[in-house]
Amino acid sequence: MSVWIAIGVTAVGCYAVKLLGLLVPAGALERPLVRRLAALLPVALLAALTAQQTFADGQRLVLDARAAGVAAAAVALLLRAPFLLVVAAAVVVTAGVRAMGG
Amino acid sequence: MTEQTALPDAPGTGGAGAKPDAAVVRDALGVGVAVGLSGFAFGVTSAGSGLTLAQTCALSLLVFTGASQFALVGALAAGGNPLTAAAGAFFLGVRNAFYGLRLSQLLALPRAVRPFAAQWVIDETTAVALAQPTRRGVRIGFTVTGLTLYVLWNLTTLLGALGAEAIGDTDAWGLDAAGPAVFLALLAPMLKNTTERAVAALAVLLGLGLLPVLPAGVPVLVAALAAPLVLWARGRRAGDTEDGAVRGAAEGRGER
Repeated sequence: MSVWIAIGVTAVGCYAVKLLGLLVPAGALERPLVRRLAALLPVALLAALTAQQTFADGQRLVLDARAAGVAAAAVALLLRAPFLLVVAAAVVVTAGVRAMGG
Repeated sequence: MTEQTALPDAPGTGGAGAKPDAAVVRDALGVGVAVGLSGFAFGVTSAGSGLTLAQTCALSLLVFTGASQFALVGALAAGGNPLTAAAGAFFLGVRNAFYGLRLSQLLALPRAVRPFAAQWVIDETTAVALAQPTRRGVRIGFTVTGLTLYVLWNLTTLLGALGAEAIGDTDAWGLDAAGPAVFLALLAPMLKNTTERAVAALAVLLGLGLLPVLPAGVPVLVAALAAPLVLWARGRRAGDTEDGAVRGAAEGRGER
């Protein structure tokens, strides 16, 4: 049940901000500081999420096969690989390291 | 989701003046199909995180903004409180409001249509629409990208979730690495200058450092404070000089 609550709150919240952008008069959110903050917020969240989902096991920090997989994804990104290939590299390398007992 | 990387390579995006409708549709389909297929990764990740088929599909149908969806299932899988998990997903979705502001001026939609168009206001549709030189092009680009992406994203979410249920232990297949890889792919094109890199580095430190001591889901929210903290520190260092203010404003305008 609590999962449905989370889904409902996220769905309503995310739809509301999408609609807000289309409805408010131009200029209301156009202050440079506000725009700058809005651009940086996803940077902070995505960086924290990437790190956590790579190194977290519950509330512990661990170094396991995922780190190798995400490193492979980083290399793929540096080589300008397409999105799907980046994700595939992470999955394949993680599975490979795990299969070898990593 | 990803399209800051794909667009600059798309044909004709820098051109001014007339652009054939077919070219706009081609650009839009390219982005829509490529990203739409990655719904598969979401379906697998969500099912692997323990969400049911219905919950997974509801997220793609109703939330329809990839980063928020991945964040939510990740936070729930880590045992986070549902409201904390939703807060993290919501803050990731806030950027769509700023896309809506830009699109609103370019699309010039009647007010009655806006509630229906709103669900498609995401990274990819904005990237394609902003690249078009005419209002007709903007509308075609937005609609074709939105429709293609919505249909494919939901279809591949369903297939991914079904696939994950079929293969059982998704971790053995390395599928738990799909989530962080998606985040990294979304993050990489945003790291254009030192401010963004400083924010990312501080957020990683906060996110990992606080993980053992705060309840699940909360460290990510605290890590979001890296954005205002770095902005504040840079504002102080710029010393409110004319030069700093002008450069800051220019950088602000340069954002998507």
